[in-house]
Amino acid sequence: MAVSPPQTKYEVVIGLEVHAQLKTKTKIFCSCPVDFGSEPNTNVCPVCLGMPGVLPVLNKQVVAYAIKMGLAIGCEITKHCKFDRKQYFYPDLPKNYQISQYDQPICKNGFLMVEDKKIRIQRIHMEEDAGKLVHAGADRLHGSEYSLVDYNRTGTPLIEIVSEPDIRSAEEARDYAMILRSILRYLDVCDGNLEEGSMRCDVNISLRPEGTETYGTRTEIKNVNSFRSVTRAVESEIERQTEILNSGGRIIQETRLFDEATGTTVSMRSKEEAHDYRYFPEPDLVPLEISNKWIEEIRETIPELPNQKKIRYPKDYGLSLDDIKVLTEDRNMAEYYEAVVRMGAIPKKAANWLIGPITAYLKEHKTDIIGCCMTPTQLADLLGFIEKGLVNDNTAKTEIIGEMLSKGTDAEEIIKEKGLAQVSDEGPIRQAVKEILDANPGQVKELKEGKEKVKGFFVGQTMKKMGGKANPAIVNKIIDELIK
Amino acid sequence: MGGLYSNATIYSMITKQQVEHVAKLAMLSLSEEEKELYTKQLSSILAYIDQLNEVKTDGIEPMTQPIPTVNVMREDIVKKQYDRQEMLKNSPHEEYGFFRVPKIGE
Repeated sequence: MAVSPPQTKYEVVIGLEVHAQLKTKTKIFCSCPVDFGSEPNTNVCPVCLGMPGVLPVLNKQVVAYAIKMGLAIGCEITKHCKFDRKQYFYPDLPKNYQISQYDQPICKNGFLMVEDKKIRIQRIHMEEDAGKLVHAGADRLHGSEYSLVDYNRTGTPLIEIVSEPDIRSAEEARDYAMILRSILRYLDVCDGNLEEGSMRCDVNISLRPEGTETYGTRTEIKNVNSFRSVTRAVESEIERQTEILNSGGRIIQETRLFDEATGTTVSMRSKEEAHDYRYFPEPDLVPLEISNKWIEEIRETIPELPNQKKIRYPKDYGLSLDDIKVLTEDRNMAEYYEAVVRMGAIPKKAANWLIGPITAYLKEHKTDIIGCCMTPTQLADLLGFIEKGLVNDNTAKTEIIGEMLSKGTDAEEIIKEKGLAQVSDEGPIRQAVKEILDANPGQVKELKEGKEKVKGFFVGQTMKKMGGKANPAIVNKIIDELIK
Repeated sequence: MGGLYSNATIYSMITKQQVEHVAKLAMLSLSEEEKELYTKQLSSILAYIDQLNEVKTDGIEPMTQPIPTVNVMREDIVKKQYDRQEMLKNSPHEEYGFFRVPKIGE
């Protein structure tokens, strides 16, 4: 490749639109169950199929969840709002319009802290999800030209959370999405599963020369199905737009799909005119008037959120920021941790155990802290035994914790049954150390000459001889005594 | 109605290009004669409705619903579930429990 001339440096400007499926029992405008994995078209009724003459009735829980999320991210709640019809033709939308909110979203003007940066939230609005198209035909019956539609998902309640274009890097976009998911899960309003589509991110990206103010033309990236894909999609789109701009081209405003396999974005047919949705107020639904009383009742149900825990944990537990980030990402983990400490465990020790061996076990067994059998009390007891020297750390990790997590057995019982109690009695340890020293005169000489590394060898040999049960502190002490 | 507005006023309510645009969004293909006819008819309808603009509405909240009611909501409880065959009954084409539609997109 030829040497290219000095090129313009660009700043990336990113805004995210996140759709979150709400964890209600029924759909937003009818009493059909929200249930994924059912046989096609078994959770449908005349309302969600858009049959003539039917009327939607709003699910109260949807409004409550939308307000809850709004309050959690510092939004104003719109006291008086309505729904609107957004019109477009696509077979996954049986009515030919989607009931959404256009100019009066239920929440607006919030923000989210990503590290120390404030990302503004423009709005949250409520809307209904569409059905699912199965593109049959071509792959199944060669040459046949049709699609199959499953309307089970039609009418599933969604909130769309729209950020301002305040994000400036791929990592920041990913972190923003992760924090948003964490909050949705803390509030228990959404599963937040990107792979399964219960949370969906659309990423708006544009570039502008560094130091300039005007926004460039943006593209919208869809089909971003994991946090890793958020980063990859943004990076590849920055690269694509940079190349176009540097070669004197123009960015076309369009929707692009992220292709997981190639890690690049591809253009969807640009539908120039299709963006004219001709919104108008939904005549089948009456307006909402949200009372302060209801808002306050909902506020009461919001638990302590990760950003609040991040402020409290260093004070209460003296943990590092990295530890806090890992522990507070998931509400269940954070609450489990807090319970273990309440039961008397040393905060730092409890954090190390949860972040280290326990998380490793949970990952390996594809479960989570709620799915394991060990109670916080049981973990606190085990940590207490280690602290008192009844069992050593290594034995607890290799012989005890797995059984506690899988079967819910008390640590005490496992220690007794397997005979794992730590030997702190100096007599037998002294005896074992003597035998090891006698058998290894060469290493004894090295240790006396000051080669401290050799001490580790003696500790290891002694532990081996004693079946891993010796108290390491006592072993060290006795080696020191005998070598002098 | 014709007496109220001159043809020139009526024609200015909507252009042929706007009719073409709306037809495209509605997925209708119109003949040249139809476009002319609808431009005229829609203009006449819009001009009639436009009389409402004579009323002063400064400082009045737009009404989005003629029914003076708010907050009609239901509890989040699963009600009657329908039989799939009954739901598919009105569909011109069905297959494996799905609605069958002409293929869209790629």
